[in-house]
Amino acid sequence: MLAMPEPKAEILARREEIVAALVARLGAGNVIAEPLRLKPYETDGFTAYRRVPLAVVLPETTAQVAAALKYCHENGIRVVPRAAGTSLSGGALPLEDAVVIGVARMNAILEVDYADRLARVQAGVTNIAITRAVEGDGFFYAPDPSSQLACMIAGNVAMNSGGAHCLKYGVTANNLLGVTMVTVEGDILTLGGDHLDAAGFDWLGLITGSEGQLGIVTEVTVRILRAAEGARAMLVGFGATDVAGQAVADIIASGIIPVALEFMDRPCIHACEAFAHAGYPLDAEALLIIEVEGSTEEQDALLARLQAICARHAPSTMRVAATAEESLAIWKGRKGAFGAVGRISPDYLCMDGTIPPGRLPEAMRGIGALSEQYGLQVANVFHAGDGNLHPLIMYDANDPASFDRAEALGADILRLCVALGGCLTGEHGVGIEKRDLMSAQFGPVDLDQQKRIKTAFDPGWILNPHKVFPLVDA
Amino acid sequence: MPELTSPAVDAPTSEATLAALVAAAHAAGTPLAVWGNRTKAAFGRPVQAAGAVSARALTGITLYSPAELVVSARAGTPVADIEEALAEKGQHLVAEPPDLSAICGPEDGMADGKPTIGGAVACNLSGPRRIALGAMRDQVLGIRAVNGMGEVITSGGRVLKNVTGLDLCKLLSGSRGTLAVLTEVTLKVLPAPEATATLVLRGLGAEAAVSALSAGLGSPFGVTGAAFLPDGAALLGPGGSATLLRIEEFADFIPYRTDSLSALLASHGRADRLDTAASLPLWRAVRDAVPLAPSTGEGVWRLSVRPSAGARALAALGEAGLRGFLDWGGGLVWAAGPGTEASQRAVMAAAGAAAGVFWTMRAPGPLRAALPVVPDEVPALAALSRRVKAAFDPKGILGPGRVFAGL
Ligand SMILES: Cc1cc2nc3c(=O)[nH]c(=O)nc-3n(C[C@H](O)[C@H](O)[C@H](O)COP(=O)(O)OP(=O)(O)OC[C@H]3O[C@@H](n4cnc5c(N)ncnc54)[C@H](O)[C@@H]3O)c2cc1C
Repeated sequence: MLAMPEPKAEILARREEIVAALVARLGAGNVIAEPLRLKPYETDGFTAYRRVPLAVVLPETTAQVAAALKYCHENGIRVVPRAAGTSLSGGALPLEDAVVIGVARMNAILEVDYADRLARVQAGVTNIAITRAVEGDGFFYAPDPSSQLACMIAGNVAMNSGGAHCLKYGVTANNLLGVTMVTVEGDILTLGGDHLDAAGFDWLGLITGSEGQLGIVTEVTVRILRAAEGARAMLVGFGATDVAGQAVADIIASGIIPVALEFMDRPCIHACEAFAHAGYPLDAEALLIIEVEGSTEEQDALLARLQAICARHAPSTMRVAATAEESLAIWKGRKGAFGAVGRISPDYLCMDGTIPPGRLPEAMRGIGALSEQYGLQVANVFHAGDGNLHPLIMYDANDPASFDRAEALGADILRLCVALGGCLTGEHGVGIEKRDLMSAQFGPVDLDQQKRIKTAFDPGWILNPHKVFPLVDA
Repeated sequence: MPELTSPAVDAPTSEATLAALVAAAHAAGTPLAVWGNRTKAAFGRPVQAAGAVSARALTGITLYSPAELVVSARAGTPVADIEEALAEKGQHLVAEPPDLSAICGPEDGMADGKPTIGGAVACNLSGPRRIALGAMRDQVLGIRAVNGMGEVITSGGRVLKNVTGLDLCKLLSGSRGTLAVLTEVTLKVLPAPEATATLVLRGLGAEAAVSALSAGLGSPFGVTGAAFLPDGAALLGPGGSATLLRIEEFADFIPYRTDSLSALLASHGRADRLDTAASLPLWRAVRDAVPLAPSTGEGVWRLSVRPSAGARALAALGEAGLRGFLDWGGGLVWAAGPGTEASQRAVMAAAGAAAGVFWTMRAPGPLRAALPVVPDEVPALAALSRRVKAAFDPKGILGPGRVFAGL
């Protein structure tokens, strides 16, 4: 178990006064303080850790966010920003002495402009809602985390979230134009805007992925894109991981950048097939799902080239979707991967390291050895084109020793990713989960530099404390 | 005080030496100008500094893994050298950074060499592909740099997806050496297209042109360049204005893409087609702002606005005696004209009216010292700029005043 900070007794003692002050600023309807109603906010997608917060506020306007934040700043009260609470790294985990400021009620789409290809939305709009608002006109918002039905754009900005299609379309940071952000002092800032690029410092770039450490985002302007004419997938099974890795390298070297290039290992193939009956080959050690876009003829041409490349690596299976329905069938298993693993083992940790794609065979061997050493099963899904690995570590939550082993195994996997030239997290963020591993990736000079930036925004370190940076530093 | 000429510049050949120089300047409190090859010396305010450091002697590609779409190079490596190495493997730099030597080189003479990759990142300069595939800063995967205390800092790495810690890669991109001196950058690269085609619509007004560009960019046909030249004669011969849309694809996909796009644009005008051989120099000219051809004493500005505001901004600048053209689907306004306060103020007003931003790319030194070269920040943001600057460079020795007066 990760160590958590002691709540500040003097803040806990002032609970009633704090709640009253928040009610005075935001109205009783926007403040939650009853224990039963606080309970749903005690955790996020990283459910092993739970802390019931002191209070939750759900502002309806940027001005209310500013009022709440300014009050907390002036009173030294810790604040945990929250969107949908799907973080897998404990990014939205509350603390007993913290006020959660949630943006879920700020969920309006404010503007859609097809000529300028942008949408301006409030921070509590879900990721999918943006695409739903524009898909009737052939447009979409590109970053598509698997949690997109639930997760909100504020969380996506805070985590710089990715998705299955980011090899072609980039992650959140590459698809933003501007945000409205409230500072701890309660100042309302516009960072970026409706235009491309920053004239002074790239505040938008710094804020994106800053995990709620620098301010609270209340409005976001995203770029929307015209969808391709169509897309189709193919599925290829290989007898060995190394071979699949070589096929991926050959695809990229051929000049084709598929919109998606997903890898699954044997345990994951089996779990998904048992769950989704997608027709995955159970004899394969590695499976690739490759998706291309364009007109029907272009899809045909690209898929034929990809087939020729894969054929050179003696695949055990190769299936090309002839229709959109067949594509969906190929994706069905992958999209349900987390749920499928959840059926074999009710409890699992989803890791998120990145490696240089060329080191895939070593990573797979290393993870296999660690899995044996710790006596826990691991299933791997992997965004193969960009090197983002998602090892799913299965454990038994009723057995504390099993959870401790799972956490230790996860940490070793992430250290392995760093040792192979990669990083701790490709898209889920550091949160509490990886904060103590930060020193595996960054030296003290680097961490100090980042901490000085944090201090420049949040001198009292009240915003989302005890996350991102190693606990000893907080 | 004029910008420093090249002989006074310290250009160490190792990062450690560069760090030691900065550490010594930090200890002594001596301001330093920060350079690469000075091809963008006039881009920004004149720096008041007794010394200067340059990354221009830190050269060489340190990693290139085509199958992983990643290249690393020391900051002083010429962009052209990297492009050449990538071309050998059929790849390219996504943001097509411009060569602006002819526009913002030093007032006091020649630049010290060709544009460096460190300079391209430090200025976050991107070419026409910016509208479709992102800015220079979007391709920066990792950096090494020396902060204002002489410490070597790193951020990011060599992988395409990385959200570990605060993203200093983006913060340092575009900070023009005022937070830290870049010593090495790692960039995402992509396969270069097999073929390039351009659709050219002649004779449209600016508003009509931007509508056509928007239609193209809002189509599923993969437009990767969208520009409007009010006078197309110099690059394309007589025929009035030129509205340009670029497709970059596999050669066998080009006919379908250009046919579909022409059909889509039929209501905007008849489109002529240019093949790869004609398209490449044309887009290089757009990239490097060749159509501006500024004469001595003239200023050059860039404005970034919402695309639909581009035509209006261009018209407002025209009324103030400036000429220009549009890129990025109308969102990037390039302007040139008399290097006077009146021109500068017209640019500031046009950017303000469009709720956009501007960059003074070149203007006489006294003008750049007297008036903002980028929009002023609101007080709360200016305070953050000061605090973040101090977080990197507590004594304010790196490129003081380069972007904002007093910072
Ligand atoms: C099943 C499942 C699948 C997932 N798949 C993916 C995936 O494919 N790709 C991916 O990248 N992630 C994925 N995730 C992780 C998660 O969904 C993302 O990190 C998401 O962006 C979090 O959004 P949220 O709205 O739930 O934010 P929350 O979990 O509420 O918060 C996330 C972080 O943002 C901060 N924050 C929230 N609101 C604000 C605000 N207004 N201002 C400043 N900071 C704020 C929080 O403090 C926290 O640190 C998945 C999660 C699950 C459960």
